[in-house]
Amino acid sequence: MVRAVSAGEVAPSTQAWQVEATGLRVKAGSRLAVDGLDLMLAPGVHGLLGPNGAGKTTLMRALATVIKPKDGRLRLLGHDVRDRRSLRALRSRLGYLPQQFGFYPKFTVRDYVEYMAWLREVPAADVPAATQRAIDRVGLTDRAGSRLKSLSGGMLRRAGIAQAIVNEPDLLLLDEPTVGLDPEQRVEFRELLRDLGDASCVLVSTHLVEDVVAACSDVLLLDQGRLAFRGLPADLARAGASDGVGDSAAERGYSVLLRDHRSAA
Amino acid sequence: MTAHVPVAVLTAYATGELGADDAMAWPVEAHLETCAQCQDRLAGLIPAPVGEMLAETRTAILARARNGPKPARRRRLRRLTHRWAAWSVFPWALVTLMAVIAAFLLDAAFPVRSAVVLLLAPVAPLGGLAVAWSRRWDPAWETVAGTARAGLELLLRRTVVVLATVLPLLAAVGWRLGTNPALWLLPCLTFTAAALLLGGLIGVSRAAVLLGGAWVLAIVLPALVTVRMPVFVQTESLPGWAVTAVALIGLTILRAGDHRHLSK
Ligand SMILES: [Zn+2]
Repeated sequence: MVRAVSAGEVAPSTQAWQVEATGLRVKAGSRLAVDGLDLMLAPGVHGLLGPNGAGKTTLMRALATVIKPKDGRLRLLGHDVRDRRSLRALRSRLGYLPQQFGFYPKFTVRDYVEYMAWLREVPAADVPAATQRAIDRVGLTDRAGSRLKSLSGGMLRRAGIAQAIVNEPDLLLLDEPTVGLDPEQRVEFRELLRDLGDASCVLVSTHLVEDVVAACSDVLLLDQGRLAFRGLPADLARAGASDGVGDSAAERGYSVLLRDHRSAA
Repeated sequence: MTAHVPVAVLTAYATGELGADDAMAWPVEAHLETCAQCQDRLAGLIPAPVGEMLAETRTAILARARNGPKPARRRRLRRLTHRWAAWSVFPWALVTLMAVIAAFLLDAAFPVRSAVVLLLAPVAPLGGLAVAWSRRWDPAWETVAGTARAGLELLLRRTVVVLATVLPLLAAVGWRLGTNPALWLLPCLTFTAAALLLGGLIGVSRAAVLLGGAWVLAIVLPALVTVRMPVFVQTESLPGWAVTAVALIGLTILRAGDHRHLSK
């Protein structure tokens, strides 16, 4: 099956920001989980930190075009997410690993990544090679033929990452990608992240401050649906040099910044 | 390909005299990329050590291609089933099968008064539609919902799968009972179109449940309780069904864009 590729799809992404959110409000059930967020993201690896219930997952879902924002402006890769005409083209350039990613247990890793490549409209002729490359990049080469239900938690997570990067997305959203990975795999994953961040905009939501410090070019701290802090990983360590709770300077810095934001509000 | 690379320039390139960083080398390389004739001439001009290195590399690549990991097999059929099947509809297909068989047995037992199969026909595909696009039943919903093919395309594929399951089933029992095929086909298509049309506004799962519930409560239950078959399953209502089916299918096609937006 050959698909016609329009000029718009192969044009280089010239927009300055991969993500442009202004006054963004997104509901999770009946609650406003993201409440008036302004956020601009350029290529690079951005770490999204915040306590449970801060709205991280809801923000990721809205950026993944899974749920519709209630209010505010949201442009992704230069397209308004409410524009029906450009939604399909926009979605083919997104990659998303949900926090709770369900799967069809009888699929093998290769079936699953191939299926997702097809759903993300990777040209039919490129699907096998793109699938193999994504599986190789997450280190699952020798498990490519295993059924998903036979994989350990860490391997499943890596299969999830493989499906998210199979179309080499311009905007990649990873919600808690390091859950279940052992320390060695986490180090490998951080390398992969830095590699991915060279060409595309990667947003990583995590509760592990150390992941952010090790692999991200900047840190976003979300609290109660708003941006509480944005800066460099080094700023976290600086804020926690002499104050706060946690095992490392960065973790202490995280607690200090969160506390300062809450007392200011 | 009018002018080939002159021998002197090609020799200089082969021996490395004309380096890769020399601007003069660029047109030579551009020409070599497409001209088989000059590639052959170049092969004759390269110094022996380079020739040996190339031969060794070639042998190594061929050996690796022969002994290395086998390429993954092409699995066309497997891929095709993955792309068409909606994995969550299998349990539903079983339930529908049992319901249709039960209805068939009832109709076969009381052939004069009963038309339970016909009462069931409109709602037979709705369960499948409700399940096929439901967050709760599709384990991969969250991952799939934000992809390019989600929305209209997957919905149509899944609808085709559901109809391909239901229609042969109804055709089989209808044929055994000797009923007019239009009596089950038209209501079945009408309700499918209605569910898709309404689904564009409120979600297909919700629309299917709503329409199915309304039909069962308003038509099926009273018919079963009073043991009187309603006009909707009699031949005189066929023109009405035909008009409704055509109108709803047309509207569904017109409003297909409704499935292209973000879910609420
Ligand atoms: Zn030539």
